[in-house]
Amino acid sequence: MKNLMIGNEAVARGAYEAGVRAATAYPGTPSTEIVSKLAEFSDVYSEWAPNEKVALEVGAGASIAGVRTLVAMKHVGVNVAADPLYTFSYTGVNGGLVLVSADDPGMFSSQNEQDNRGYGKFAKLMVLEPSDSQEAKDFTRLAFHLSEYFDGPIMLRITTRLAHSQTLVELGEIEQVEIKEYKKEAPKYVMLPGYAKERHIAVEQRIIKQREYAETSELNVIQWGDRKLGIVTSGVSYQYVKEVLPHVSVLKLGIVNPLPERLIKEFAAGVERLVVVEELEPFIEEQIKIWGITVEGKNIFSLVDEYTPELVEEKLLGNQQGNDFQFKNDLPGRPPLLCPGCPHRGVFYTLNRMKLTVMGDIGCYTLGALAPLEAIDACICMGASIGSALGFEKAKGDAYDRKTVAVIGDSTFVHSGITALIDVVYNKGTSTVLILDNDTTAMTGHQNHPGTGVTIDNKPTHKLDLEALVKAIGVEHVRIVDPLRLNELRKVLQEELARLEPSVIIAKRPCALIVKDHPKQKYFVDDDKCKSCKLCIKIGCTGISFNDETKKAYFNEHNCVTCGLCPEVCSFDAISLKEEH
Amino acid sequence: MEGTKTRNILIAGVGGQGTLLTSRIIAWVLVDMSYDVKVSEVHGMAQRGGSVVSQVRYGSKVYSPVIKKGDADILLAFEKLEAARWLNYVKPAGKVIINDEQVDPLPVISGKMKYPQNLEKQIVGFINDATLVKATDIAVSCGEIRAANVVLVGILASVLNLPAEKVKEAIKEMVPPKALTVNIKAFEAGYNLV
Repeated sequence: MKNLMIGNEAVARGAYEAGVRAATAYPGTPSTEIVSKLAEFSDVYSEWAPNEKVALEVGAGASIAGVRTLVAMKHVGVNVAADPLYTFSYTGVNGGLVLVSADDPGMFSSQNEQDNRGYGKFAKLMVLEPSDSQEAKDFTRLAFHLSEYFDGPIMLRITTRLAHSQTLVELGEIEQVEIKEYKKEAPKYVMLPGYAKERHIAVEQRIIKQREYAETSELNVIQWGDRKLGIVTSGVSYQYVKEVLPHVSVLKLGIVNPLPERLIKEFAAGVERLVVVEELEPFIEEQIKIWGITVEGKNIFSLVDEYTPELVEEKLLGNQQGNDFQFKNDLPGRPPLLCPGCPHRGVFYTLNRMKLTVMGDIGCYTLGALAPLEAIDACICMGASIGSALGFEKAKGDAYDRKTVAVIGDSTFVHSGITALIDVVYNKGTSTVLILDNDTTAMTGHQNHPGTGVTIDNKPTHKLDLEALVKAIGVEHVRIVDPLRLNELRKVLQEELARLEPSVIIAKRPCALIVKDHPKQKYFVDDDKCKSCKLCIKIGCTGISFNDETKKAYFNEHNCVTCGLCPEVCSFDAISLKEEH
Repeated sequence: MEGTKTRNILIAGVGGQGTLLTSRIIAWVLVDMSYDVKVSEVHGMAQRGGSVVSQVRYGSKVYSPVIKKGDADILLAFEKLEAARWLNYVKPAGKVIINDEQVDPLPVISGKMKYPQNLEKQIVGFINDATLVKATDIAVSCGEIRAANVVLVGILASVLNLPAEKVKEAIKEMVPPKALTVNIKAFEAGYNLV
């Protein structure tokens, strides 16, 4: 029987079938499940690295040592890992190394929509792109062989839709792979200029060989159909094309870098109209144009957002799809929001009330930017909050810094906040940094990190002491607060903001979703005391709502976890615990 | 299952309501019945109380993992507003099953907008075959409000004529052992409702 698997699980399975022995990653949607799945195999060394750069470096070491290695990250994670990536492309591998880049067209859970096929071209990597879970498994497995055959890392590029769609997978045999011998070989692995010059030549020769391979690989196939229209496509776009245009001619590319010139020319010559269907950048289209072939693509399709079958149908057949039912009133949107009991809520409520300028960071807490909390001024990338706060202070003068804070999560601080805090101390900044320590990497589904004291396979390990760490960096003023005790939080913020020295406030409380024992007792609103001020509604919690007819607040008991925030917010003491029965 | 036309099921709800488990149980059974099956899910930030959708497609050969707008045979909505939001994906002759549950989204909680009234009546005006069910109440009567999603599994399984024993096997595979009894009870209550 075939198994239904999300793309990420299929990638993990493909790696396991290829005899992978090391797997490293930093969690990031839509890539997270790949390495958490591999961690279930006791014969694979798996780890959550503190960030993607370290993940790839650990992977490079494992590969040089001689084992097949998988490194996984979301698209923006490759930016963090770009430095080792470009040069590891020069050294090449010993044990095969596959880097999975999980791109996010449509930005379901990301800050940008970059197309990492570009990295493949820039770093001179062969890039494979599967179109369903079966291919995700098969291509991953093949990628390890190609990596060793061509002596270079291979990028497997997937997208959110593939990573998180389940399709059927026929499992294969597990390969028994010997660990390769490691031989000291400085000209290959030590990238001094003299050695790197030779390796650059090897890389250019490698890409020529890979281009030749792409011409005849079974990953690139022509499916001749009606020759009036020929579609060049890859990834999940292939599935949309087959869904809505089952009879046209299709060139399906499983290798998207380097592209096969002769195969594409043969296909172009065989059809009347040539169109590339690819999400995001005109990566394939531009290369075809460079070869002087007439081709359409981004003149019809958007550079922005995820594609859909109805979009492909509309653009190529001109049909308008779907109904357009008009409801009497506009439907309210339902943006994601912080969970009931979330420790971040009290922080952003307080920052908003204090009218502070807030340099934000990447995590669930980025939702503190949305109404009604609306507390964040800027959010760029992992770890950016602290450096941005320092830059803001240096630009505006330190008087302005009396009302500016950086806000960063525990996992994000470990990922890439530490060096920026060193910069604050070194360059005599006076920034106040709030570390929201919820004891997990929450947004990606609660992965461990160095600060939780637990490894990917739930084994205890040294627990990084954030307080000792920031003191060692040279921050003398470190305060620890409970983010749901608003008066204390506000007082500590006022004191630390006033200080003309760097300070760190660690707001410590575990994520509400990992807490198992929320109080059983529930709150109620005393209607006599409720003055309809709606202050409790300004915390943006689905546990409490306002009844427009009675003009009183009320609790949604299914949602409320009795965290204690709204009674702190209420000025009229109208919220109390129900008597226990 | 040669020659079976692809059927499309859209399962819409609010992050945290358990739409993912519902689509996974149904898909498990369909695979067991030898269909080609594809399921699309939403993970990550959108799951945090946002509007979420799972899509299940099955037949003899399925290409796209997502349903073309206007092509869903069945919309199973865990919440009324989400039923309205995804209605444009349903075929005019399709079927809509709406859980009689109102979860206020942030614009409503914060007082910027009102929760639309009489959504179910408006939906019936657009799609004839629309039914309101009280899965949450049924789950409460089974002893676990959080099993509302499995009540809806029961309703959907019955509409799709899936064998009850197979669905129970799938539930056994996917829910923790200590929650099994209440989930089987919730499933049966849903399955026998229609």
